[in-house]
Amino acid sequence: MFDGGKIIAGIIVFVGLMTFPFWYNVGQAAYKTPELQLPPKDVATQCVESAEWMRAEHMQLLDNWRDWVVRDGNRVYTSKQSGAHFEMSLQKSCMKCHTSKEQFCDKCHTAAAVAPYCWDCHIAPKEEK
Amino acid sequence: MKTNRRHFLKVAGVTAMGLAAGAGTAAASYLPHYDHVAPNHDHLTAGRWGMVIDTRKFHHKEDFLPLVEACHKYHNVPTIPGNQEIKWLWTDSFHHSFPNKHNEFLEEKMHHQDFLLLCNHCKNPPCVRVCPTQATYKRADGIVIMDMHRCIGCRFCMAGCPYGSRSFNFQDPRPFIAEQNTDYPTRTKGVVEKCNFCAERLAEGKLPACVEASEGKLIFGDLNNPESEIRHILAENYTIRRKPDLGTEPSVFYII
Ligand code: SF4
Ligand code: SF4
Ligand code: SF4
Repeated sequence: MFDGGKIIAGIIVFVGLMTFPFWYNVGQAAYKTPELQLPPKDVATQCVESAEWMRAEHMQLLDNWRDWVVRDGNRVYTSKQSGAHFEMSLQKSCMKCHTSKEQFCDKCHTAAAVAPYCWDCHIAPKEEK
Repeated sequence: MKTNRRHFLKVAGVTAMGLAAGAGTAAASYLPHYDHVAPNHDHLTAGRWGMVIDTRKFHHKEDFLPLVEACHKYHNVPTIPGNQEIKWLWTDSFHHSFPNKHNEFLEEKMHHQDFLLLCNHCKNPPCVRVCPTQATYKRADGIVIMDMHRCIGCRFCMAGCPYGSRSFNFQDPRPFIAEQNTDYPTRTKGVVEKCNFCAERLAEGKLPACVEASEGKLIFGDLNNPESEIRHILAENYTIRRKPDLGTEPSVFYII
């Protein structure tokens, strides 16, 4: 006839495989935003934009910065938030406040399993041991 | 059966609309603002940057060293022994630098003199024409520059450049950089690099590192401005350029 039994068995196996990640994670600890080490307040009081905005958008910001700097020759960024001027430079601006790549960048990147290759060329500040 | 399919399509449609709306708000939360970026206020500008090298002022091989060192230190250019050498600023003999047919009975010292070489920032650069990703491009001010983020290491530009101005990174250069300048990036394995006429220094209002270190032996300026120092020097001195018959129109001139 129509091999109904085989089809239903197949569907069950398929659904089981597709939902594997969900039931595999049942009971495991939920994802927690890692504790970041922020720069000391006497070094940096204010980031380029608000912290929430930076958390969500820093990758687009950096992507635009590199084109604006390298291709358009624009090097100064005016903050939407405060109107302050910043040099668009990973090494000369960002990392002067966020002096620990391990305690700041890597914590989230590791938790989210993303490996940006910025640091293959841009030199991160020396980690204090 | 029919009603079921209708129902499915309705649900699918509503879901798709929801997704689109979600994507819309995500996009709206990031607004790039071009009007909020600008060049440094003290950056140096020119119609076409050029360089004059006064070869009469270089007598010994040692005279070149501080210039090469200034450039390579500033830009994290590695010192790799052997034939994988990376170079932005280097020297070579007269016959390698200027291989075309020369006057007979040339002044004897020419045969023994070394010449300072770098990317010529050609007006008509073949490296730009052959680069498939536009990683190498010519800026409005004549600087032929590289966007390392785009270079795919195909090396067409190395084949295109008739001056050997470009080096390829066969390996990670970092272990070969004695002293890192943390204000400037290094490169990765698999990209090409060359002199960038110190675009990052011009942006800060400074002259190129080699010009600064040369103590007047190199002159840097705007070739398009007839009143500029470099144009006066070109008008008053006899200069040659490398391989002029190729039509690349180098922006680097040699007083001989
Ligand atoms: S190696 Fe890089 S710069 Fe050279 S042609 Fe290929 S992509 Fe362009
Ligand atoms: S010297 Fe070579 S690399 Fe430099 S602009 Fe001319 S062709 Fe391009
Ligand atoms: S102009 Fe700048 S990048 Fe080019 S050789 Fe001189 S110091 Fe090096």
